[in-house]
Amino acid sequence: MSEGFFSRGFHRRRQQENAGRIPPGQYLERGFPVLSAGPTPHTPLDAWDFAITGNVKEPKRWTWQEFMALPRETPTVDISCVTKWTKLDTSWEGISVETLMKQVDYDPATAHYVLAFCDGGYTTNIPLTDLLGGRAWIAFGYDGQPLAPQHGGPARLLVPHLYFWKSAKWVRGLQLVEKDQPGFWESLGYHNYGDPWKEQRYQGD
Amino acid sequence: MERTALPGRLSWQSGEVVAIRQETAHAKSLTLAVPQWSGHRAGQHVDIRLTAEDGYQAERSYSIASPPGVGQQIMLTVELLNDGEVSPYLVEELRVGDKIELRGPIGGYFVWEATMGGPLLLVAGGSGIVPLMAIVRHRNAVGSTVPTRLLVSARSYEEIIYRDELERLAADNTGPEVIYTLTRSAPPTWTGYRRRIDADLLKEVAWAATGHPLAYICGPTEFVETAATDLLALGYEAARIKTERFGATGGT
Repeated sequence: MSEGFFSRGFHRRRQQENAGRIPPGQYLERGFPVLSAGPTPHTPLDAWDFAITGNVKEPKRWTWQEFMALPRETPTVDISCVTKWTKLDTSWEGISVETLMKQVDYDPATAHYVLAFCDGGYTTNIPLTDLLGGRAWIAFGYDGQPLAPQHGGPARLLVPHLYFWKSAKWVRGLQLVEKDQPGFWESLGYHNYGDPWKEQRYQGD
Repeated sequence: MERTALPGRLSWQSGEVVAIRQETAHAKSLTLAVPQWSGHRAGQHVDIRLTAEDGYQAERSYSIASPPGVGQQIMLTVELLNDGEVSPYLVEELRVGDKIELRGPIGGYFVWEATMGGPLLLVAGGSGIVPLMAIVRHRNAVGSTVPTRLLVSARSYEEIIYRDELERLAADNTGPEVIYTLTRSAPPTWTGYRRRIDADLLKEVAWAATGHPLAYICGPTEFVETAATDLLALGYEAARIKTERFGATGGT
């Protein structure tokens, strides 16, 4: 489109509160929309475990009970979905990926990327460094309650600095890989990295 | 800034409104001429971007209602959300001859092509029928005879989007079977279902799981959640249930 285009008769209908916290092309949402490509899985906690696999000396696995015994964090973060909504100050409870990775013996030179895998077959790819340094969690609590199945419970990845499809619901593990490989939506035209502040929604953005 | 389309890149394009059709009291179909349109598959959507004179922009996604292969035109059907920001403009302000910016097609999972077969179960809640209509229209356009059932849940008879066209298609021997359920009000002579979808209703309407049906469900979150869970309970394979949830009013 050429510069100077505007939509005849269109006016701002919403006051842009917290404008500096809303990435480009996003709007402020107060509810918590649900977007999933298939049915919601319901994995019982006694059948649940979390694994770190791939390029590690020894694959690591935690049962739900073991996972609950790890040191917890309660991040409050803003989240942005590629479908245009942004929700501010969401409060979560979970284990940081940093904490998990400290229990794993791996060579960073062969673990540049992570492929998160999930119940239901969903996958998503993220550079490992994006999950470290207190920027990502495996979250099992939301707003003081256990995370609801619709929102990814019993546990989901939480990577709030990327579009929310990267925060894989029903996550069951992280596979460390040397070479990047696209996950589910990344294979279907969505951006490989997904930075909301650069509006990296689709391939080529 | 004029952008040239790069391969693999979804550039913003200009679409001109060439026709507007009132579908129900709250929904309109907009036909857009998009000279640079690269084609789409049934079930995909587009992003729409509106720009106010002061530079303020708003973006939203809308499902494509038209089947692939209608030249450089696409049809969107938009339902008015009273507290919305973009739908009131598209439904109440936009006129034939106006231009809007769009990019797409987007989404490569909630799609159906005749080669994917069936039997096909399409479950629509309210305006969730839009991408499913693209599938029904595509099936008809390519002469597919894949057994197809479309279950439409609407608040009232008047609020069934595409009702006349659905009845025409259903009247054909090879057309889809169309089943309605009305959740708030029904005409006095109504003999169809008149309740929200539930396990019993789906058991009566859905194909038996033994035939490995392929299901597409689109509508509000709770509607989709109910339908998907009930189909799993009926023995449908999770990998053959595709869902699209309208999350815009989540939490209410």
